[in-house]
Amino acid sequence: ETQTKCGTISLFSHLHQYSRKAPLTQQLSIPSTVIHPSIVRLGLQYSQGIVVGSNARSVALLHAFKQVIRDYTTPPNEELARDLVNKLKPYISFLNQCRPLSASMGNAIKYIKKEISNIPSQFKEEEAKTKLQKCIDCYINENVVLAAKAISKYAIKKISDGDVILVYGCSSLVNHILCEAYDKSRKFRVIVVDSRPRLEGREALRRLVQRGISCTYVLISALSYILPEVSKVFLGAHALLANGYVMSRVGTSQIALVARTFNVPVLVCCETYKFCERVQTDSFVSNELDDPDDLMVTRKGKTQLENWHDVSSLGLLNLVYDVTPPDFVDLVITDLGMIPCTSVPVVLRVKNLEQ
Amino acid sequence: MPGADKETDLTERIEAFLADLKRGGSGTGPLRGSGEMARETTYLLRRITAQARWSSAGDLMEIIRNEGRRMTAAQPSETTVGNMVRRVLKIIREEYARSRGSSEETEQQESLHKLLTAGELSEENFRQHFVHLKANVIEAINELLTELDGTTDNIAMQALEHIHSNEVIMTVGRSRTVEAFLKDAARKRKFHVIVAECAPFCQGHEMATGLSKVGIETTVIADAAIFAVMSRVNKVIIGTQTVLANGGLRAVNGTHSVALAARHHSTPLIICAPMFKLSPQFPNEEDTFHKFVSPHEVLPFTAGEILSKVNVHCPVFDYVPPELITLFISNIGGNAPSYIYRLMSELYHPEDHKL
Repeated sequence: ETQTKCGTISLFSHLHQYSRKAPLTQQLSIPSTVIHPSIVRLGLQYSQGIVVGSNARSVALLHAFKQVIRDYTTPPNEELARDLVNKLKPYISFLNQCRPLSASMGNAIKYIKKEISNIPSQFKEEEAKTKLQKCIDCYINENVVLAAKAISKYAIKKISDGDVILVYGCSSLVNHILCEAYDKSRKFRVIVVDSRPRLEGREALRRLVQRGISCTYVLISALSYILPEVSKVFLGAHALLANGYVMSRVGTSQIALVARTFNVPVLVCCETYKFCERVQTDSFVSNELDDPDDLMVTRKGKTQLENWHDVSSLGLLNLVYDVTPPDFVDLVITDLGMIPCTSVPVVLRVKNLEQ
Repeated sequence: MPGADKETDLTERIEAFLADLKRGGSGTGPLRGSGEMARETTYLLRRITAQARWSSAGDLMEIIRNEGRRMTAAQPSETTVGNMVRRVLKIIREEYARSRGSSEETEQQESLHKLLTAGELSEENFRQHFVHLKANVIEAINELLTELDGTTDNIAMQALEHIHSNEVIMTVGRSRTVEAFLKDAARKRKFHVIVAECAPFCQGHEMATGLSKVGIETTVIADAAIFAVMSRVNKVIIGTQTVLANGGLRAVNGTHSVALAARHHSTPLIICAPMFKLSPQFPNEEDTFHKFVSPHEVLPFTAGEILSKVNVHCPVFDYVPPELITLFISNIGGNAPSYIYRLMSELYHPEDHKL
């Protein structure tokens, strides 16, 4: 039987099925009373979709951890280094249950845990806490803020006057690049491609139009119509996997595929802190499922799929991520330079050696 | 006078039909299926044959050609109207040739031998008057109508040859032909259907509810997830609006992405299209290939101020080149795209390609 009563789809039955309507605490195994309030707030923001986007989520996470560290006191007979790490473990599981962790968040957590464990035991508590907070600030500054500046510098070299640039959804990094390029008086116009049900492209559209960039807006089904006009495609990434696959918002692989057919170059912009050691070859093994009720739409007063829960043979699937094979991507622009997709394990090795 | 009444009645009906055509195409009138359109056109043509004043086949063809030109001008994207006009013109030619006693095969096919040896154009101006021509033509049109009535069933009957058990079949948007095809196969086989919703009109939802009512396991996905899900799909079965003369398609937007994803995964792409959708147009022949509807569907008026600063496109059709198509299933059987030109020469006379 391919579908159970509550509409779970067998193809994705290994992933957590999600519904925004079910209250968060119903599924949690950790009582929220032992969790720090700023973490609870963060978890709620994640699950309700208030904080979205890879960079935004990791930065919010790090700020919440700073707050946790500020409020932390070492219990007697305990070492700060070990105890703090143990304190953070339930917080991380809580956040994972609110919404599965992103690759950038995973890397940030690894960094923090390493910094905490490396605190020398002779440090007093105040010193240790100040040091940790400085480390977090430094991490955010290096990997998000300065990386964005470096990537913009490289990317602007690739934007020439008269370009027609296609972007998909809302990537904070790509928006930043386009605004910088516009400030440096490059003449180009942007085509924003969007898709249901998230419709994140509208946010990107708003930001670009506010700057004064001339934009066109289409849905992803009109891609074959609009691509002959396009000269370059800029895509953001959620994570870059060690086998060269790009994990990004669902629909990115489709854009890369059709762009490849029309011979339009595809450039992916990604900071190096999003590189991850996992490997994946298709979008099924590890993905996130979002609320299927988002797919319903009411047109002319009628909602076709209104009672889909009652029909046992009908299911709705709302995927969040997909993976793009490296042959569709022409170039990856990172803060370390412009590299091909397949150089991801090299960068990971270099970073590991540095640490 | 009965004659004048008949004529005014006829012109009234023709005007009503043209008005209907114009309204139906803007997306606001009732959405008619192509089958219905074809049948209505044929009824009207039969009525014209019966009621209009003509003395020879040439007159009748002139009348029908004029009306046909007006009808295609009213709604250029509705190609079934023009196709039916061409079929009827061919019927008239055939009946005329039969009445004259000459075999129709030698008259029609262009061949190099004919071009070289014929010298001047054959004098064929259809001026001879035959008593039984009217009755013969009307009988032939009735046969055409019976053929039109049976097309969906003929296509659905072939379903069991193409679908085996436990398959995952993908389809796009809503096609009555494909719905009947899948429902017929579901009587004897168990399989799973994935329907891409096809924004912005989301006709896929209607298709999914229709299929799940007969117990077919259906899953609705967003357009953006087509490539992500394609690796699990065994066959892609879609309908189309028009089959072009080179074997390509003019189908609902988003179909080109599906075709490319299917080719990337080497999944067969099967088109269920009745013969009346075959049109002697080539893709780049006219400016009327693309049709656009109100961009309100893509970016609603509630989006506010940015509406005046962006361009929004909402194309309805996509071109799919014949290299991406594996098989055409029509009421006369299965065909490869390379055979379409031959079928066309059997249905339409070369001089009728341009009305």
